[in-house]
Amino acid sequence: MLTKRIIPCLDVKNRKVTKGIRFQGNVELGDPVEMAVTYSDGGCDELVFYDITASAEYRPIDIDMVREVARAIHIPFAVGGGIRGLGDMQEVLLAGADKVSINSLAVENPSIIAEGARVFGSQCIVLGMDPVANPDRKRFPSGYEVTIRGFRQRTGLDALEWAKRAEDLGAGEIVVNSVDADGTRNGYELNLTRLIATNVGVPVVASGGAGSPRHLIDVFTTGRADAAIVATIVHTGEYTIAQIKDELARAGIPVRKKW
Amino acid sequence: MVAVIDYKAGNLTSVRLALEHIGSECKITSTASDVLAAARVIFPGVGAAGEAMRNLHELGLTEVIREVALSGKPFLGICLGTQIILDYSEEDGGTQCLGLIPGSVKRFVPSDPTCKIPHMGWNRVRIVKSHPIFEGIEDESEFYFVHSYYPDPADRSHVFGETDYAAVNFASVIGCGNIIATQFHPERSGRIGLRMLANFTRWDGKC
Repeated sequence: MLTKRIIPCLDVKNRKVTKGIRFQGNVELGDPVEMAVTYSDGGCDELVFYDITASAEYRPIDIDMVREVARAIHIPFAVGGGIRGLGDMQEVLLAGADKVSINSLAVENPSIIAEGARVFGSQCIVLGMDPVANPDRKRFPSGYEVTIRGFRQRTGLDALEWAKRAEDLGAGEIVVNSVDADGTRNGYELNLTRLIATNVGVPVVASGGAGSPRHLIDVFTTGRADAAIVATIVHTGEYTIAQIKDELARAGIPVRKKW
Repeated sequence: MVAVIDYKAGNLTSVRLALEHIGSECKITSTASDVLAAARVIFPGVGAAGEAMRNLHELGLTEVIREVALSGKPFLGICLGTQIILDYSEEDGGTQCLGLIPGSVKRFVPSDPTCKIPHMGWNRVRIVKSHPIFEGIEDESEFYFVHSYYPDPADRSHVFGETDYAAVNFASVIGCGNIIATQFHPERSGRIGLRMLANFTRWDGKC
């Protein structure tokens, strides 16, 4: 049986992993390469790195960091933030990343999804999206609007329509990062996750809000997610990946237990 | 020296880094003489079967691969590399493949609405027949998969490992003589995957 993936997310700023709440008030947590090794040795299934200021500052991603991570770990990892086009995608993939996550770029230029999928394969192209609840159901039938540039900019796009369009264009996976839940530790946005996960054919990764193993159980059952991103819950040391997996296994959710 | 065949089907960085990690000297190459001179050969690949076969023909590598297969030299297929050593793939409207092992490659059909294609993530490999590449690896260990098509060898004796997905119990490790091939990515399967690659670099090609 395919196991549910637990994916620590490392938000990187100036070569340091940081974490904030709803993209604000970030504090430094450590060195990205060292943390990648710790999580990989500790049984995480995949990793994702976001260069969180690259996009807002319109500068390229830190490619040396990608190279070092690729040399240090031998599990899949994705890289996002500051990808400006096919050239950047190629650089990141050749540096050893398995996937590139595009977010703001995809909204501004949706054809980049199709081009990336054609050149590198769908499995390399992850659509990241940062939806926020919007009660205007006329404009946003799903109840969620997509934001970009780290919640700094609204797009007028309905979250579910955007997810379906991205799938049609060739995105191989969709990361749904709830702006409302991000860093709150109050649980994933189950309604949003389920809505996307049950309406697209590609794997959906839930992101934002994990504060206890119970939240992961909920997002894999009620939320129907294929994978879940964790950040604060593991960065603080409150739970290890192994502890989270033990709880999931007890709840009957398939997880990778040997590594 | 391990030759890693580059036929423009995907990125070989992670294969190279995994081999470097286990201390194995490798050369990523599209050149027939390099492949024939190497002590062992890895045939990786991601992407689509049709384009992969076209690239192999254009690079003049199809005969070289057949020659390696007949030479007794240890040969490891990975992912798309595993699929195109069979006779035929359903992908790209039907693609004639290398035919090193009899059988075909089929597309997963979602078994229910929650079943996602591609099969992406870590899944269990049940060892159905022992092989030197499983040395030190527990039965039912998980490996990392990313694929939408799966190998379906004609002869049961060519199946070494099996995995369940989309209501199919498919052959995730196949082999014949000096050929062994995995549908998953050992280079991306952590410590256990590295162990499998290390086992391959020590294998004499006999089983």
